[in-house]
Amino acid sequence: MASDELFVSGHRGCAGCGMATAVRMILQEAGPNTIVANATGCLEVMTTGYPETSWKVPWIHAAFENAGAVASGVDVALKKLGKRDGVNILAFAGDGGTFDIGFQALSGMLERGHNITYVVFDNEAYMNTGIQRCSSTPPYASTTTSPAGKVIPGKQGRKKPIANIVAAHDIAYTATATIAYHGDLKKKVRKALEVNREGKGPAFIHVFSPCPTGWRYPSEMTVELSRMAVETGIFVLWEQEGSDPRNRKISCPPKEKRKPVEEYFKLQGRFRHLLKMPDIIEQIQKEVDEKCENLMQ
Amino acid sequence: MDKITLGAVNTEPGSSLNYKTGSWRTMKPVLTPENCIFCNMCWQYCPDSAIEPADPKEKKPIVIDYDYCKGCGICVQECLANKNVNLKDALAMVPEEK
Repeated sequence: MASDELFVSGHRGCAGCGMATAVRMILQEAGPNTIVANATGCLEVMTTGYPETSWKVPWIHAAFENAGAVASGVDVALKKLGKRDGVNILAFAGDGGTFDIGFQALSGMLERGHNITYVVFDNEAYMNTGIQRCSSTPPYASTTTSPAGKVIPGKQGRKKPIANIVAAHDIAYTATATIAYHGDLKKKVRKALEVNREGKGPAFIHVFSPCPTGWRYPSEMTVELSRMAVETGIFVLWEQEGSDPRNRKISCPPKEKRKPVEEYFKLQGRFRHLLKMPDIIEQIQKEVDEKCENLMQ
Repeated sequence: MDKITLGAVNTEPGSSLNYKTGSWRTMKPVLTPENCIFCNMCWQYCPDSAIEPADPKEKKPIVIDYDYCKGCGICVQECLANKNVNLKDALAMVPEEK
C-alpha cells in the first residue's frame, strides 16, 4: 500500500468491488483536508466494522436517507466555528441512498446551495441488503425482487435519470463518471471541489460502479464492465455547468464505434435471460442508439 | 479499544489494517518483476489498496501485499504488459495453496 493512501486495506468489500476503487480515486484527488458524510449502504457497512475504520479522513455516518442533510450540517457547523476554509466536504451515498431513500435530503442540500460535492456510487440495486431492485436498476435486470421468470423478464420500467434531475436543480456542476476512465473521474472530482471552493454551491458526480456480487460476473471484470458500459453507450459520460443542457459536454462513442449492447449483457448473470430474447435486446439497442443520437445533437 | 466510546466515535484512523483480508483468496496474483512496465494500472484499480505502486524513475516494480489482497484478479486483467501482445506478461493468477 502507498503510505499516503487515505482509504486503507482491510475493509470488508467484496473481492473486485468497483466502488472501493472509486472511493480510493476520489480521495487521492480530494486529499487529507476532507470530511466525508456517508449514508447507510455497502460503503458504510464494509469500511466501519466497529471498532475499526478504513478511513484516514474524518468520516461521519449518516442514516440511509440523510447524507445530504448531514453534510449540510457539517458545512454550517464548520462555518460557525470559523474552520470552513480549505476543507472539502464530500457526501457519499449509494444508489439506494440517493435515487430512492436519500433523494429529498439531496434535493434540499442542492436547493440550499451548500458548498458540498455529493457523490453517488451507482451499482444499480440494493446490494448491501441482498440485491433488491431500485429506481437505479436498469430495465430487464434480474434482482431478488425483480427476478427474471417465465412471464416477466426482470425489472420493468426504466432507470431514473438521476444526474439529469440533479442538474435541473440549477447547480454549479453535475457530472457522470466511471472507474475505467480514471483520469476523467479524477478531473471531474477536481472540478467539483473547485466549484465548492469558489463558493459557487453544490456539485454532484454520478459514479457508475460495477458490482460482481449483484451483477453476477467474475470479479476480475469490474473495470472491463465499467469500460464496456461506456463503449456500448449504456452509460454516457458527461459534465455540465448550470442547468442548461446545451452547456453539457458529452463523450459518447459515435454509432460506428459503439459496441453492441449484447456484449455488455452476456458478461453478466443478471442479464443472462435476455440472451434467449433477441427481440428485447434489439429493442434495448434501439433505445440506447436513440439516446446517444439525441444526446449528441 | 475495550469500552464502547461515546457515540461510537473511532479515534484510530485506518485501523482496519488490523484486519487481514488475505485469507479470503482462492486465486492469487503473482508478479514476474522483470516484466513489470511500471504503468501502475494495477495500483490504480486495486479495490483493496493492496499494491505498492511502481517507481518508473527507479525502475522499481510494484509489490503486492498478500496480507490484504482478496484475489479479485483486476490487476491481472488490467495490466498493460499483459494487454500488449508484444510484451511478456507481468501478472498471472495462480490457485492459492494450503
